[in-house]
Amino acid sequence: MSLIPSAPRLLSDPQVDALRALSLSRRAMLGAGAATLAAAALPGSAAGQGAVIDITRARTDPLPIAVPDFAGATPFGAQIAQVITANLGRSGLFRPVDRRAFITQGAEATPRFADWRAVGAQALVTGRVEQQGERLRVEFRLWDVLPGQQIQGTAYTTPAANWRRIAHICSDAIYERLLGEKGYFDTRIVYIAESGPRDRRIKRLAIMDQDSENHRFLTDGSWLALTPRFHPNVAQVAFMSYQRNEPRVYLFEIDSGRQTLLGAFPGMTFAPRFMPDGNAVLLSAIRGGDANIYVVDLRTRAERRLTSGPSLDVSPSASPDGQQIAFNSDRGGNQQLYVMNADGSNVRRISFGQGRYATPVWSPRGDLIAFTRIAAGSFAIGVMRPDGSGERILSEGYQMEGPTFAPNGRVLAFFRETPARDARGTGYSARLVSIDITGFNERAIPTPTDGSDPAWSPLLP
Amino acid sequence: MKMKLLGAIAAVALVAACESTPTETNTGAGSATGPRPGSQEDLVVNVGDRVFFDFDSFSVRPDGRSTLQRQAEWLGRYGSVNVQVAGHADERGTREYNLALGQRRANAARDLLVAQGVAGARVSTISFGKDRPIALGSNEEAWAQNRVAITSVR
Repeated sequence: MSLIPSAPRLLSDPQVDALRALSLSRRAMLGAGAATLAAAALPGSAAGQGAVIDITRARTDPLPIAVPDFAGATPFGAQIAQVITANLGRSGLFRPVDRRAFITQGAEATPRFADWRAVGAQALVTGRVEQQGERLRVEFRLWDVLPGQQIQGTAYTTPAANWRRIAHICSDAIYERLLGEKGYFDTRIVYIAESGPRDRRIKRLAIMDQDSENHRFLTDGSWLALTPRFHPNVAQVAFMSYQRNEPRVYLFEIDSGRQTLLGAFPGMTFAPRFMPDGNAVLLSAIRGGDANIYVVDLRTRAERRLTSGPSLDVSPSASPDGQQIAFNSDRGGNQQLYVMNADGSNVRRISFGQGRYATPVWSPRGDLIAFTRIAAGSFAIGVMRPDGSGERILSEGYQMEGPTFAPNGRVLAFFRETPARDARGTGYSARLVSIDITGFNERAIPTPTDGSDPAWSPLLP
Repeated sequence: MKMKLLGAIAAVALVAACESTPTETNTGAGSATGPRPGSQEDLVVNVGDRVFFDFDSFSVRPDGRSTLQRQAEWLGRYGSVNVQVAGHADERGTREYNLALGQRRANAARDLLVAQGVAGARVSTISFGKDRPIALGSNEEAWAQNRVAITSVR
């Protein structure tokens, strides 16, 4: 699928990063009431180098890793291993060794490394689950098979109902330890679930884990819902709703379902996106026929206009440091990408290729802006640097849009649409997909119905 | 609700009637058994409820101007009728931009009604962008039907 012949070097040197000592910081105590989770380092961890891989080569050389069932409490041990295996495999950077090839099951305190070498594994994950009433204690160890050395060992305790999150957190720890950058598995995706014919399309806010599990509809579909975006704390989304036939941006609290109208704008508000500090929302508003970009402070509810003039200024997205804002505007004659300072000053155009450019989204790493390009009768998803240089197209097709970055900036989700084959709209579909920022490993993100407007959360707090 | 339904039926008939380039609803000669004067059906059948636009444009074309002129005259005749102008865009754009474009189209139509003497308070606007297409195909005929501002009785 990739239009890029070789994976470019955009990432920091993972060989160096991987030598960092394991930090337990974020995982040390995951608060959030019933979801409380405690982590502890296991003895025996050593900062080894062996199984580190160079991610820029991963397209041809995914790391062979074996994840046998965790020992102890059933069914959790097998389920956790399966979720970890699926996560790592989907990333495209690991190649889980087929469990049918396993010579040994990994339950030993010290793995028989010869057996794992024999099946081609370079890394090995073993674990043990103990059930203590309503709680699980899950310990996992990551081994470098060639030198036969433990490179990480961590234990978590959590309510049993939380076992999937443990599996995702283990997956992130493995990913980070072996690739030298943070993972993205303990995350959720909020999106618009679509059903029915397009002229009466039902569009519902929906949320799920990044692996499509724990799917939940958040609105009932009695009015159109569009373009949800996560608050940095993942407890809230901003989205556009047509309730009462007044299209406006609302804030939606995920757990309570409570919605509040954002701002006191006389006309349509749309294209919301939180500032990285979570204290303000950028949006577009129609006033006097113009579409301009505003920032609404969530504490004071004060709104401030950042762009002016008769052009359509839409789809604002702030840089991770909050200092700059990318948006698209037709001020130059057609849709192009612009960047301005967060106060609206110093506007400069950054897209100069063929066609129209839209939906700029800043990477959480700050190094890239993803966009939708419409040119020569097809749509494409691409990335460029914030100064407009280094443009690369990752995927192309009939229609696609709405890129959103996983929190490590390594993977994008967006949605693809297929054309209708006839006047009744037969054959039209909208599906979520993900792709590596090098342009390889495009794959469907399964959803119960059609889906659009995905937004990938930060790592869960 | 009944009126809205009738409007929808009339709109389907219109779409089927023009195969390639959309034209405004014709001002068919009213008959003795025609729609109730001042109703949505009356607007659709005898005046024309929609104004079409070129790709990525919100300029009202001459054919649209004459439709809006008829709408303004009709609204002058039925002073108690309020309308909503809904702006739409074809699928060949991004969602948020098309929401803005649809709003601009609705505003352009509303502004021409107001310029011809209709009180602004009688004409509300809304944009659906590309999210409530009228024609469901993925070809130029369908897209042309969907680049539209549709006036409906509220």
